[in-house]
Formats: sequence, C-alpha cells, structure tokens
Amino acid sequence: MAAPAEPFLRIEGVSKRFGSFQAVRDVTLDVAKGEIFSLLGGSGCGKTTLLRMLAGFEEPSAGRIFLDGRDMAGVPPWNRPVHMMFQSYALFPHMTVERNVAYGLKHEPMSRSAKAERVREMLELVQLTPFAARKPHQISGGQRQRVALARALARQPKLLLLDEPLAALDKKLREHTQFELMSIQQRTGVTFIVVTHDQEEAMTLSDRIAVMDKGEVRQVGTPNEVYEFPNNRFVAGFIGSINTFEATVIAREGGALRLAVPAFGAEVLARDVPGVSPGQAVTMALRPEKAGISRTRPETVNAFEGTVKDLAYFGKDSLYRITLPSGTLVQAHAVNARRGAEVADWDDAVWLGFEPESVLVLAE
Amino acid sequence: MNRRPVFLITVLCFGFAFFYIPILSMIVYSFNASRLATVWGGFSTKWYVSLMSNRQVIEALMLSLKIALVSATIATILGTMTGITLARFGKFRGRMLFTGLVTAPLIMPEVITGISSLIFFILMADWIGWPGSRGFTTITLAHITFSMVFVSTIVQARMLQADRAIEEAAMDLGSRPWQVLFDVTLPVISPAILSGWLLAFTISLDDVVITSFTTGPGATTLPLLIWSKVKLGVTPDINALATLMVLTVGMGVVVAGIVMNRAEARRRADERMAYRSND
Repeated sequence: MAAPAEPFLRIEGVSKRFGSFQAVRDVTLDVAKGEIFSLLGGSGCGKTTLLRMLAGFEEPSAGRIFLDGRDMAGVPPWNRPVHMMFQSYALFPHMTVERNVAYGLKHEPMSRSAKAERVREMLELVQLTPFAARKPHQISGGQRQRVALARALARQPKLLLLDEPLAALDKKLREHTQFELMSIQQRTGVTFIVVTHDQEEAMTLSDRIAVMDKGEVRQVGTPNEVYEFPNNRFVAGFIGSINTFEATVIAREGGALRLAVPAFGAEVLARDVPGVSPGQAVTMALRPEKAGISRTRPETVNAFEGTVKDLAYFGKDSLYRITLPSGTLVQAHAVNARRGAEVADWDDAVWLGFEPESVLVLAE
Repeated sequence: MNRRPVFLITVLCFGFAFFYIPILSMIVYSFNASRLATVWGGFSTKWYVSLMSNRQVIEALMLSLKIALVSATIATILGTMTGITLARFGKFRGRMLFTGLVTAPLIMPEVITGISSLIFFILMADWIGWPGSRGFTTITLAHITFSMVFVSTIVQARMLQADRAIEEAAMDLGSRPWQVLFDVTLPVISPAILSGWLLAFTISLDDVVITSFTTGPGATTLPLLIWSKVKLGVTPDINALATLMVLTVGMGVVVAGIVMNRAEARRRADERMAYRSND
C-alpha cells in the first residue's frame, strides 16, 4: 500500500525534548482519512509523547502538525477536533455512564434533545444502554473501556487517539474488544491513531504501523510490510521472533543474492534487495515459521543438516531449536497439522530447508 | 490460641482507664447536687438548667460557632486553592521554599503564631487605623491563617493521589481549565475538602492560645470562658457544659461512623454488581 495521496494528518519533522532528554526525534508521518494507524514500540520509545502532542497536551519543540490542512501549533486541547481514549480510561468517577458520554457535548451548539439523542446513539453503539445510570465503579473493566470510547466519539472527532486501548483488559476480552474496535471504526469512519507496545495488537488492528525506537520512526508500513519486509534489524527483531546471522554478500545472480554465512558453514541464496553490493557485511534473517523441518533432504535451494536440541510443544504448533554443525542454534516453527505426526523428537537428525524468498537481507 | 496474652489486656485496660476515667468522672459530677465539685451531694440536673439560662455561656457558644463557621469556610476556600496549586503547578523556582512556607505553621508553636498575629494587628491599627478594636474579626482572621494550612495539606495529598488523566480528559473533551476545575477536580476531591473544613472547624472551636492573643474586650469564645471560669475553681456548671460538648462530639463521631459504614457496604454491593455484569 502506497502512502496516502492526500494526507489527512501530517506530522512534519516533529521533535520533543524534555530538558536534555530527546523524547521524539524528527518524526515525519502522513495518515490518511479513515485509517487505523498504530504507533508501535517499547516503553520510552516516544509513542505516547507523540500522541500527547497530537492531543495538544504537549507542544512540539520543533516541527509542525497539520490536521485536515490546519496547523495545530498553539491550539489548546479544548479547541482541537481530536479526542483521546486514555489508557486508564480516565472516566469521571462522580458522573453516571450517561453523563460521562454527554460531557463532551456540553460545549456543542446543539439542542438538548439532539444531545440526548447523540448520547443514546453512542450508548447503543457500544452496547451500554442498560448501564446508562450506573457510575464507573459499578461496571466492569471491559464496560469502562467502552464508556471511554463512547465518550471520546460522542463529539464526532476528526481524529481519535487511543492510548494502549486494550492493555487493561484480560486476554480473552482483549481479542473480542479488538474486533469490536475495528467494527466501530468502520461504522463511524473516524481516523484512529493507536499507541501500543503489543505487536500482535498492532498487527491485527492497524491499516498501517509506524515502528518507533528511541524517539525515532524506524519503519512505516502495512502489517504485512513490516513483518515480511522489515528494512532494519530493530524492526525485524521487534515484530515477531526471528533468527539472525552475520553474513557477507558474495555475488548477485539472477535476481538473488549469494551470501556467505559462517553459521551455516555454507552459502545461502537470498531474495535480492536493492542497496547492497558484493563484499558488503549484512545480516541474514529468517523467521522461524519460514524454516521447514524434515527427516529427508528437502527440495528447497537452501537445505542444511542439524540436530534437534530442544522442542517446545504448544498444541497447534511446535517450536524446534536445531543445532547446526557450527554450533549455532536456529529456531523453526512447525504446524502440527496431523495428529501423532510430529516431525522430529529430541536429538533427531533433521534437515532445515527454506526458500530464497523467505530470507531477509538487512544492510543496516 | 484463643488465650490472649494477659500483659496486652492489662496494658489495654490501663490505656483506656487513663483516657476515659477523667471524662467519666466529669460526666458523673455534672449531675452532682452539691456546689463543691469534688463532694458528692446526690443526683441533680440543676446545673444543666442553670447553664441554659446563663446568657454568658450561650453568647460565648454562639460567638465560638460563628467564628468557627466563618473561619473554617474561608480557610477551606483559601486552603483548597493553595493545595491544588501546590499539587498541579509543576516545577518552578523556589517551589521547595514555597511548600515549606505553607507547612511551617503546622509545627510553629501556637504561642508564636498568637503573638505574631497580635503584633500584626497592632501595627496595622497604627498604620491604617484598622482594626480599631480586636474581637470577632481579628480572631477569625487569625484562625483562618493557621487552619488553612491543614486544609491545604489534606487537599494537596488528595490531589497527588488523583489520576491526572481525568482532568486531561475533561480538557480534551472541550473544557477550559477553569471549567475542568469546577466540573471534575473539585467534585473528585470534595471528600478531602469536606474533611479539611471539619478539621478547620474543630481547630477553631477549641482554640484557646491564639484566640486569647487576638481577642479584645467583649469577645469571649467558649474555650476562653471555660478557661477563665476554671481559674476561679471548677464549678459543676462547667462540668455540665463540658459533658454537653463531649456528648455532641461523641454523637458526631457515631454518626460519621454509621455513614462511613453504610458507604462501605454500598461500595461492596456495587462491586458485586460490577462483577456479576462482567461480560
């Protein structure tokens, strides 16, 4: 997916320092209208600071933010068509669910009946109509999350900011809520910016993801792009698990790269990537699920012998740790498609096979 | 296991005896028919009757209540403002000094506060001719200055506990900072404000030292009256007055306890309800 044609939200060279600490460093991002865009990164990567700058709680030290063509510099939070769903939900404890949802409409030039109608609509959207008269401490965590969502959506913001929207929910509720969030986003058409540290959450929710580290955006792309085609070692390692090996480019031949990989004690054929030249030291990366395990030599171009050192059985799949003759460990995931037909056991000699297409070459 | 240590029980009994025997004996002797405070002369309620017809006592009580009401209310307003500012103003130069200045009166000996208030009022009267005479106004002002510190300390503690995001959420939803204050901040910290007011009221009601420095002719509060009467010897009507005060305070404590118990029970019920409706 290409970058959006007309950016709805444009973040242009935005930086933020707190004293001597650089929280956000020269971030430039375009977000299209109606997109679910995630800021993904570990704690302290600057994602929350960036979100707070969009909400207007912090002013950028440098750079500008445009929303729908309007420069947001100096616009206070109460004048921004941007609403936020806080990680703690930040519901008003002394107000009922209904009054919480109605709070944002207080300042809207609408008739009383129109406001009541909007509140009713919002409560219906998040299926909380029966709980309208309850106080926040009288409802469950999942319901609180939905009140926070309804409250933030009631004023029909141009942009909805969600700070770790699912972090406070237990695992089962999280999956359900994830799909609910997506369906509400589709029904309302509001642009969502989601801050999360959970890569799975970002992958399932988002149209596009910006992976952040130490205040910088390291890669922007669709979930598929950042997973299958990470353009640096950080993104490759942060999203999913991955095997990485030191390698040297030997030659470029017929749309593929020939790599010398000491860990394999042999040459590996990899998908060609631009920007590398023979003789260059690179990182070769391989996702565990892309490495196949078999008892006989596979038909793939890259095939290596090894021994099963460890195996973890998860039920639907198993994770194997294969020792190569060089002593290097390689992780490989195998789906247990047939009952009782697991590929190998401890200390078995096996073959490891993978296609050149599956091998990532990271220049950085 | 159910044999409690004898030593602990003894200590507990001594503690309670030490604390309550004086109060109990005072209550008993308030029903003494004899004029002599320490000689039992039979049961009588005549001191209560004489108390009710004692204009001096009633006037002193009314003045004390008036001062306590006004000073507690103004101290609560000022103290709440200070507490919120200290908790929310962020870092600024001299913040530590400022915080220290606010809490210093908490540990300042009352005599010092009283004397400095008195000197201040005398100087003011010299410079601008106000206050012309000391009485209700000067006592109230002095009470405000030292009781607002208690309010600001309580409010500040509550503010530091509160989730900052709640105020940000209100701002995010279109409210200006002053609207946020009235819509969200004050309602959320209202229990702290109420307990601050109660504390300020109580402190003002039973203050002797600062009041005696800042009072003037004709302005005698109840504690001052009791103090001056006792100097002439303890009479049974003072016992009766003190008993009434103990009764009032005791009832206040019991009512507060019942209200808090009910609130706790309701909170538990609410939590059960939330648990049941969990989906």
